Amino acid sequence: MWRKVLLIASLVLFPLAVAQAALEITITHGVNAAVPVAIVPFAWQVQGPVPNTDVAAVISADLTRSGRFKAIADKSMLEKPTQASAINFTNWRILAVNDLVIGRIKPAGNGNYQVEFQLFSVYTGQQLLGLSVLTTPQGLRWTAHKISDLIYQKLTGQRGAFATRIAYVEVSGKAGKDSHYALVVADSDGFNHQTVFQSNEPIMSPDWSPDGRYLAYVSFENQRPAIYIQDIYTGRRQLVSERRGINSAPVFSPNGKSLAVVLSSSPDNPDIYILNLAGRVLQRVTHSDAIDTEPAWSPDGQSLYFTSDRGGSPQIYKVNLHAGHPQRITFDGSYNARARISPDGHTLAMVHRETGQLHIAVMNLSTGALLTLTNGDLDKSPSFAPNGSMIIYEATYHNQGVLEEVSVDGQVHERLSESQVGVSVHMPVWGPFLSQ
Amino acid sequence: MKVLRSGLLVLTIAFFAAGCAKTVQPVTAPPVTTAAPASTAPTTSTAAAPAQTQLSPLDDPNNILYKKVVYFDFDKSNIKPEFLDLLTAHAKYLIANPNQKIRIEGYTDERGTWEYNIALGDRRAQSVRRFLLFQGVNPDQISTVSYGEAHPVCSEHNEGCWSQNRRAVLVYLNR
Repeated sequence: MWRKVLLIASLVLFPLAVAQAALEITITHGVNAAVPVAIVPFAWQVQGPVPNTDVAAVISADLTRSGRFKAIADKSMLEKPTQASAINFTNWRILAVNDLVIGRIKPAGNGNYQVEFQLFSVYTGQQLLGLSVLTTPQGLRWTAHKISDLIYQKLTGQRGAFATRIAYVEVSGKAGKDSHYALVVADSDGFNHQTVFQSNEPIMSPDWSPDGRYLAYVSFENQRPAIYIQDIYTGRRQLVSERRGINSAPVFSPNGKSLAVVLSSSPDNPDIYILNLAGRVLQRVTHSDAIDTEPAWSPDGQSLYFTSDRGGSPQIYKVNLHAGHPQRITFDGSYNARARISPDGHTLAMVHRETGQLHIAVMNLSTGALLTLTNGDLDKSPSFAPNGSMIIYEATYHNQGVLEEVSVDGQVHERLSESQVGVSVHMPVWGPFLSQ
Repeated sequence: MKVLRSGLLVLTIAFFAAGCAKTVQPVTAPPVTTAAPASTAPTTSTAAAPAQTQLSPLDDPNNILYKKVVYFDFDKSNIKPEFLDLLTAHAKYLIANPNQKIRIEGYTDERGTWEYNIALGDRRAQSVRRFLLFQGVNPDQISTVSYGEAHPVCSEHNEGCWSQNRRAVLVYLNR
């Protein structure tokens, strides 16, 4: 199933449109059982020109992107009500639509808008949800994602993760020539992307702080690796580690107070450390002569998963930070690396090598059962959505690094590709739920 | 080329507004840009360069020291026998020129995870470093850095390319 859901236009509404490239979302494989829903275009009841953001279209795209729903096209609709009293449910039952959303955008003073929406069950005709959201004109698109979250939660029981952000690294330039690296933050659908840091030397391994305000990453700007933490709202950067040798793979602890990092300052061999950010105290976690890297926290902050080749090939191990000899977790295959743990702690996502190709696989941590989710050549850097429903990762498509998403059951696949030729995207990381 | 690349570090921090429903912050802060002037590489004009000027063995295509890259097998960091003569020559040169310093850069192909490749590239650089130390080079003359799979010399997805990217490069710093 190849369906182009949306093409991103220029960022007219945003004052700082830094990046030229835009992401384009293609659903490459959907679910047959996706529930049909209809999001009727919202009434525009404000003086002045209609904004570029079509709220109903954003909600439709969000819900369809989840793979759980299939929003019908505007042109299929037999009526386009914007008030509850105007709905003729028969017109929606004919289309076999399960749920219907209508809404209105009204003035709210000081140039702001009030976005009202109502969700109905077509079968019963009952209102399931009816809310009003205050927004600035610039926040209209974000508000649409918030509404998608509320609808998704009402219909599935699971919190939506549409009003969240992703970060990734863009690499442009030809091999062997001058490359250019940019650390980019975007909404979860790839819109509203902003470059927060750029360099002619590599940028690697971005990771979000639990509050979604900071990014930790590795920059080679001084021709050696160093770990920085950057406030994405002010741009202020803090150097947190520039030790001799490797400074790699920073990941924030669940409470945001520490970073697990990989250092090789003693003795010239990579090991996992925990860096307390307040006191800059270093705690060494692994002590092997092998490669120990790619730490990932368990959601309770009590354990670290990491990649080690201490057994001869790269495999994933787990160490309890209070009692601990590392235990090997993966046994299936000769290369299992870069673990990430689902928010509920039950599933481990990893890069799994099969017949020379790298795939994204998940492992049920209770049973040890492994499920390969992707079938690309070079699928890497998995990162869970904060609701655990999807995994974003980097893949190669038409010789270019692209971002793809897959549902944790392997049913829904989609691609967020760079529309600009020659720009590869790598190392995506899905940010947390945001309180706002 | 090296001089040019190191000189052109451009660092731009863009500030951006939170796209939240409640507030939108205006973007006012100017981007911070630090740009070091690129040093001009010494040019050799034919008039100024007398014929008897000694070409550094590092720049002489006929000298073994002209080669500064060693290659590795997939997932491996051991030095292959065909590179022992080359590294031995570099060790002798470094011993004879104690003011020379090198940086050994370790690289990998793309068939691995980014962070594991940093570790693997480091292991390759360390493997070259240990060989040079064993030959008697002063440790103060050697530093290492791993870029992992970044900065590939070849970007196609096949073994012909991958084998060129699995490398350690000796970069002489006092030139």
